[in-house]
Amino acid sequence: MSDAIVVRDLVKTFGGGRTLFGGRTHELHAVKGVSFELKQNETLAIVGESGSGKSTIARMLVGLETPSSGEMIIDGQDAKELRAQGSAVFGRVVQYVFQDPVASLNPRKTIDNILDVPLRLLCGYDAGKRAARKKELLDAVQMPSDTLERYPHEFSGGQAQRIAIARALAAEARIMVLDEPVSALDVSVQAQVLLLLDDLKRAFDLSYLFISHDLAVVESVSDRVAVMYLGEMVELDTAQTLFRTPSHDYTRELIASAPRLESAAAE
Amino acid sequence: MSQIAASSPATEPSARLSSWSLLLNNRLATGGLIVLGIIALLAILAPLLPLDNPNATAPADRLQPPFSEGHLLGTDQLGRDILSRLIWGSQVSIAVGLSATAIAALAGSLIGLIAGFARGRTDNILMRLIDMLMAFPYILLALAIVAVLGPGLLNALYAIAIVNIPFFARNVRGVTIGLASREFVDAARLSGKSWLAILFTEVLPNVLPVIVITMSTTVGWMILETAGLSFLGLGAQPPQSDLGSMLGEGRSLLFNAPHVSIIPGLMIFALVMSINLLGDGVRDVLDPRLRAGDLTRPRAVTRIERKTKPKSTIDTDAILDVRGLETSFQRGRSAFPAVKSVSFSVKKGECLGLIGESGSGKSVTALSLLGLVASPPGVITEGAAYIEGEDVLSKSETGIRALRGAKVAYVFQDPLTTLHPLYKVGDQIAEAILAHQPVSKDEAKKRAVDLMEQVGIRDAAERVDAFPHQMSGGQRQRIGIAMALANDPDIIIADEPTTALDVTVQAKILDLLQDLRTKRGLALLLITHDFGVVAQVCDKVAVMKDGEIVEAGVTEAVLRDPQHAYTQKLKACVPELGQGKAFLDGVRPLFAEAAQ
Repeated sequence: MSDAIVVRDLVKTFGGGRTLFGGRTHELHAVKGVSFELKQNETLAIVGESGSGKSTIARMLVGLETPSSGEMIIDGQDAKELRAQGSAVFGRVVQYVFQDPVASLNPRKTIDNILDVPLRLLCGYDAGKRAARKKELLDAVQMPSDTLERYPHEFSGGQAQRIAIARALAAEARIMVLDEPVSALDVSVQAQVLLLLDDLKRAFDLSYLFISHDLAVVESVSDRVAVMYLGEMVELDTAQTLFRTPSHDYTRELIASAPRLESAAAE
Repeated sequence: MSQIAASSPATEPSARLSSWSLLLNNRLATGGLIVLGIIALLAILAPLLPLDNPNATAPADRLQPPFSEGHLLGTDQLGRDILSRLIWGSQVSIAVGLSATAIAALAGSLIGLIAGFARGRTDNILMRLIDMLMAFPYILLALAIVAVLGPGLLNALYAIAIVNIPFFARNVRGVTIGLASREFVDAARLSGKSWLAILFTEVLPNVLPVIVITMSTTVGWMILETAGLSFLGLGAQPPQSDLGSMLGEGRSLLFNAPHVSIIPGLMIFALVMSINLLGDGVRDVLDPRLRAGDLTRPRAVTRIERKTKPKSTIDTDAILDVRGLETSFQRGRSAFPAVKSVSFSVKKGECLGLIGESGSGKSVTALSLLGLVASPPGVITEGAAYIEGEDVLSKSETGIRALRGAKVAYVFQDPLTTLHPLYKVGDQIAEAILAHQPVSKDEAKKRAVDLMEQVGIRDAAERVDAFPHQMSGGQRQRIGIAMALANDPDIIIADEPTTALDVTVQAKILDLLQDLRTKRGLALLLITHDFGVVAQVCDKVAVMKDGEIVEAGVTEAVLRDPQHAYTQKLKACVPELGQGKAFLDGVRPLFAEAAQ
């Protein structure tokens, strides 16, 4: 079985273009030569602080940004070729879940409308099939069927994230890039969404690239963990090894900084 | 508070004022609506009304004064009935104004949408063209266009539409740029929508209110411009009646027969004025911020309307003692409590953690203590907050303001939004000192450097001249803490001080707070949603849910053996390092029960 995603020497530089007067604009190296692979049915987590380049990797993988150099092979196909075939083809291979669920849903569209788009444009289903699929999707994310007529602002953050996940599922892509999917949620809602993601992974045979800054969350969901620091991947190992015996200084600092409940109880 | 709004999406719609009643609440807009309605009705009914032919001349009856027989408003220099010409003329003016607005809105919005969404070179070229249109005085440009096209009502209409395109284009472009970088646009792209489909089905619906608002405020202006061109003889051509040309024709008779020009002049005034008043009303209704009913500026101190009056002083050993606090929010005509009978106390040198999920009322509680809840819609309806035994809420407005920043200081979640972006951080700390202490500016600046050193900013003497955007998130939060310490407060209220920060930075900021607390004997009220933070910093903890404290006690005891079901659930939902995948298996039964 081939890997879901293979990334080789991925580089992304922002700016650096020519200005009107021939000078060069400020260059920002967001991602500096990163390589990793996501295996089938695996959850690979990328952790790192803000500005470490983890979201940039995610956005490149789903085609929202174009890499400056390097190679991305997604589900056995080269990303360049996928992009050339248009967003509809790309969307069927890999899907993306945003950090802020409310911002990722258009405030002036009903949920019916929002879920309809990927079913129509990516899967090409007729109206009857679409209606049936929408019901299935809402069932899968455990939302009531009257959800369809309502607008995004009528839902809480957790419910909106379920809807956003349903939209990503609608494309029937087997690879999901989850960009801080639970960071904006309350703890009890966060636990529920993590459970849901876990169930969906098994039910639909998915592979997850899970991006987060919360080490405890990452440990609870991932098989392997990669640590990003200033645009570079400093460590990549199985979750168990990485948390038990971190080898890089920065990883050690991250683990030491995470607040714990036990610390108070032990004092 | 946005948290409160999010927590209760199910309030009855009747409590919220409808668009109509909001519009009718605005007396000026209602007046405009009535006047405009009458004029529009007359103009529409013009063919049915028993009016003389507006173009029939009768030289024998020329320049009859108003109220003469058969001619209610008199006749003009060719003996035509002014009333008839006025009503037909209004019809023409309104029609031209509306069509010009429609054309300008369509073309301008299209340019704005494309420029704002495409950015880059397209944006540059389109907007520079718009700039060129704007570089000419509008009436000169309109004259030039009419001069090229030739005089006539239709050409005047085109000229006015073209002149007004920049107004729409620039407004719409500004809104579109903001929307284009929003996540739902990215999401639509990933759903397979094409560039054009995203522009017209995702972005346009969100821009539409802006277009409507701009239209409602420009129709009057366009009618005025049409009248202006007709006045100069470039719009409506004789014998067609139009308000502007009537005015122009009557100009030479201003002394002999003033009514010939004054009557159309008044009509233009009434028409434009009513449209503008109504347009302002429509804008207010469509603006979501105004819709919520907060039409007024928030007051300096939250409105306090306590049902029972508590004692103004009590004996207490706690430096901060809150008893039975209740704060409500007014929405439309009804009010609902966000915080209900909340009581807690903090001693000197102690740290109390107020923990809860969004919408639990923890921030409102903290803001209520010094009357900082925005009012309207906030009202403190019950309870007291004693600082050193004295009730804050019984004090006068100046009394409460004197406490702020001096005895009690706040540290907020995101220092980037609370620090002023255009002032140097040192000056901002100095300003906080000067607000409460009579010291010289140099002295204040020196103390600012001291404070920055105390909160652990390296090279404080140099960094004092930095601007907020030149600092990292952690450093900015240190500045926020330095400002809070400026006047040697006894109590610090920190509202999610580390939520916006990375974990490694969070650990350092929490250490700093701990350090300051022990050194200075500060009482710290820490508001957070993170059990880990509470465990690390707080002596006592109070758990809030739906505006009430459900459990309170010593941190260690509450965390080790939570009594209330909600606390137990909350604690179970926090993943811990070292738990690994066992965490998910642990919480699964919790929600499986809830689902059944």
